[in-house]
Amino acid sequence: MTTTEPTTTEPTTTEPTRTGARTGGRIGEDAQRPDGTLKVTGEFAYSSDLWHDDMVWGVTLRSPHPSARIRRVDVSEALTVPGVSAVLTADDVPGENAYGLEHADQPVLAGEFVRYEGEPVALVAADHPETARRAAARIRVDYEVLPALTDPRRALDDDAPQVHPGGNLVRHLRLRRGDPAPTAPVVVSLDFEVGMQDQAFLGPESGLAVPAEDGGVDLYVATQWLHVDQRQICLALGMPPDKVRLTLAGVGGAFGGREDLSVHVHACLLALRTGRPVKMSYGREESFYGHVHRHPAWMTYEFGAEPDGTLVYGKVHTLLDGGAYASSTAAVVGNAGTLGLGPYRFPSVSVDAYGVFTNNPPCGAMRGFGCVQAAYAHEALMDELAAAVGVDPVEIRRRNGVQEGDRNITGQVIDSAAPVAELLERVAALPLPPPPAERPDLRDLPGAVGNTTHGEGVRRGVGYSVTYKNVGFSEGFDDYSTARVRLQVTGGEAVATVHTAAAEVGQGLVTVQQQIARTELGVQQVVVVPADTTVGSAGSTSASRQTHVTGGAVKAACEAVRTAVLQRAAVAVGRPVAGLALDGDKVVGPGGEVLAGLADVLGEDAVEETVEWRHRPTHAIDPETGQGDAHVQFAFSAHRAVVDVDTELGLVKVVALDTAQDVGKAINPDAVVGQIHGGSAQGMGLALMEEVVVTDGHVRNPSFTDYLLPTILDVPPMQVEVLEYADPHAPYGVRGVGEPPTISSGPAVAAAVRAACGRPLRRVPIRPEHVTGI
Amino acid sequence: MDFLQPSSWDDALAARAERHDALPIAGGTDVMVELNFDRRRPAALLDLTRVPELSEWSVAPDGTVRLGAGVSYGRVIAELGDRLPGLAMAARTVGSPQIRVRGTVGGNLGSASPAGDAHPPLLAARAEVEVASAARGTRRVPVAEFFTGVKRNALAPDELIAAVHVPTAAGPQQFCKVGTRNAMVISVSAFALALHPDRRAVGTGIGSAAPTPRRAPDAEEFLAGELDWDRRPALPEGLARAFGERVAAAASPIDDVRGTAAYRRHSLAVLARRAATWAWDDLRRAA
Repeated sequence: MTTTEPTTTEPTTTEPTRTGARTGGRIGEDAQRPDGTLKVTGEFAYSSDLWHDDMVWGVTLRSPHPSARIRRVDVSEALTVPGVSAVLTADDVPGENAYGLEHADQPVLAGEFVRYEGEPVALVAADHPETARRAAARIRVDYEVLPALTDPRRALDDDAPQVHPGGNLVRHLRLRRGDPAPTAPVVVSLDFEVGMQDQAFLGPESGLAVPAEDGGVDLYVATQWLHVDQRQICLALGMPPDKVRLTLAGVGGAFGGREDLSVHVHACLLALRTGRPVKMSYGREESFYGHVHRHPAWMTYEFGAEPDGTLVYGKVHTLLDGGAYASSTAAVVGNAGTLGLGPYRFPSVSVDAYGVFTNNPPCGAMRGFGCVQAAYAHEALMDELAAAVGVDPVEIRRRNGVQEGDRNITGQVIDSAAPVAELLERVAALPLPPPPAERPDLRDLPGAVGNTTHGEGVRRGVGYSVTYKNVGFSEGFDDYSTARVRLQVTGGEAVATVHTAAAEVGQGLVTVQQQIARTELGVQQVVVVPADTTVGSAGSTSASRQTHVTGGAVKAACEAVRTAVLQRAAVAVGRPVAGLALDGDKVVGPGGEVLAGLADVLGEDAVEETVEWRHRPTHAIDPETGQGDAHVQFAFSAHRAVVDVDTELGLVKVVALDTAQDVGKAINPDAVVGQIHGGSAQGMGLALMEEVVVTDGHVRNPSFTDYLLPTILDVPPMQVEVLEYADPHAPYGVRGVGEPPTISSGPAVAAAVRAACGRPLRRVPIRPEHVTGI
Repeated sequence: MDFLQPSSWDDALAARAERHDALPIAGGTDVMVELNFDRRRPAALLDLTRVPELSEWSVAPDGTVRLGAGVSYGRVIAELGDRLPGLAMAARTVGSPQIRVRGTVGGNLGSASPAGDAHPPLLAARAEVEVASAARGTRRVPVAEFFTGVKRNALAPDELIAAVHVPTAAGPQQFCKVGTRNAMVISVSAFALALHPDRRAVGTGIGSAAPTPRRAPDAEEFLAGELDWDRRPALPEGLARAFGERVAAAASPIDDVRGTAAYRRHSLAVLARRAATWAWDDLRRAA
């Protein structure tokens, strides 16, 4: 792996003046994560490790049917099981029996209807999880099975079963721009289908709810946004926010799958009923039913172009299966529509993107959020166009890629770097892997130690992809974060304490907050205290937004603290405040000369500031034309995949998966590269193997035996080129990092497999039978 | 649930005789999955890991390896790669390193899954399963007769698997397994081949493509008859292909979440063709 930083840009703020003993671990330096060693040695406390001496265990009884009416629930037999302390049903939900991220349409516990296989129907608390499970098996639910809508392509038909009373449409995004009836000399089109991917975070859903003396409840839970959880829990419990307090427990990955509630309300209900702390922790199989997945998609794309490949128009029809409840489907449709043509210039555009209800598992947020699905279609079609006009895949993208100052398909001016052409050139210039060895090690061949080929039938293919993604919440959402920063002397040393409610889910945000505080306050010791709801909302750990938004809040709070401290210092050292700075735990002058110790200036006092920080506002799009400044920032990445395909057996070995990505400013370069590696692997997983297979509303592979994730023998070496073109509108110029690699890696892998086997492959995950045409 | 933990083979057989409802457990790589998913709630577990006789292997004067039922895949790879190359190749494809340290060939036979990786090479090598009971002593079952249905085997309720007897390879062996990722995968289809130049015979084993692991007898007879065992010229492409088609014809695969019946049949034809070519080339080189 190589990491290059070809472009350096000046930070948007003035750095503290250089001194002989600078504060280390600032932004831009590789910083070690506080959780890193604990995680690799198995000592990190995940939410599933939560423990309370008096606790009981909660389990969930789930519907076996994708669609049914509940005639009656009889819990009497379950209650007689020794060790059981509570059995709850919909009747026991004290507040509103509804929750949801965008629309509160999902029951805490199913009342009259169940709308998907796995929907929670009842809860049991018992002194042992096995006791609770056995008791749950003795709850008698009388179901009247109803016709299920399981083909989303039928959802909007007149005779389709209605999943909800208001009809099956969650959102239709209509976007029109330019010529309403465009024509072009070259026209290419395709249909593409994307299967349902799972976030497959390694730490299943879990939490511990502890009833409090004030009648409220304290919930420790692995999640992505404490405050949006709190709002929904309060609604269901019928309690005010000061009675429902959340603290982030150790999160083992999220990728969007923890945006919706899972154990949250259930654990609180059981804790309040039993008066005991209640732990709930899903196993892997239950986890597949316990969170939303990535929307499967059915897409029809048509591009018109000039004979030289210059795009004239794009026409898109996209259908996303939202499953049984709304979750974040509307926002995913928003992305699939407004970003659905990729980072290219289109004079004329027509997009219709639909999200629908079905009786399939609910789908919602997952890393890449609507852009992942669309990218498969627009990138496959760009390759078709390249072939049709006789240019290579890099050139067709370079020629049509947006540049800074261009308008995208919603008419929004892209007002910071848009290095589409440069990313492609850089990734294309990276060294290619050597050709297959004469007598290769089995592990380097498709099928690996399965010993399926010694080179027979193996062909190499190369594929390219470039994509872009919005960072932060869009379409007018009030997207902000809150940070509280305190500077005080502890044990003779100045210590900065940073407090936010931002969820560290494994991406490295704790380290980023430390680096920002060290940079802004010039102190070595920075403590990031656990995220909880005693400080204001940080917004969601999603949409690649936390380094940008919570990073912005921490930076702003640090600046406020610094201003107060320097005013104090100016008085103490008898100098004007203008020339003073903080560095190396000292107050320094304009030349870096040490004027006073920071600890001496602070004395016994603490300086504390809390700041709510917002990025530039975004705007709703026009309902008829889809035009508007919907997004605050765009992040671009390009991938090149090299694969060896056993064309007779359809097995694939990814040989190389290289990236070029613009991150604006790499706060923690090591962590940035790690995010790109992980995102690339996750994108590759969807291209080749990751699919929740759903038949007639039933999940057929709810385990890691048959939901396959890439292993170390599947993930290739990766070269990563990190570009740093600062976004002048973002703190330090940062650009979201987490999602782009997940979007562009998969389409590059798919393109490489197509190049190797010569088949169109219009569905992912690509299965061996598709490659072989059997 | 009772936990029985005999420390000798006689005690194990006695416990088995007494408790037909006890589920034998060795490495636990199948049993614990069943328990954790609550698919099985046996009245008792019969832990065989403390029975020293099961973890040994030895070679009889005729060269047949007696492989104790408790020998792990990891040990098969490390200790028996020369004598039982087909089985060692299959062992190498089982799960992850951790699973290969725990999992045993005897356990694979006990589970009798159509996808068990050890089964095809045992079929191709004409292995025999040694089973025993306290009441009737020991008997040997040809491995092809051991599998009686999906996840069912020929064990009587009071019997345990003692060992499997596998002839030392007299010629080249191959094992090939298709999965939809490059490690830690349950087979979509699998094929084992053993050439027996001493008796001018061919052995085959098919996995994951029928209710039980099975041989492809017609294909075996066909190839053995067509091969020029004396002069050993290069294997004609047409012959390899015809052999592959006969192997595929011996399967009765189904569509499931891991693959389609049509692909399974197709892949078996490819695997058999390639395996026959590799094995024959090995034999030519050895001459």
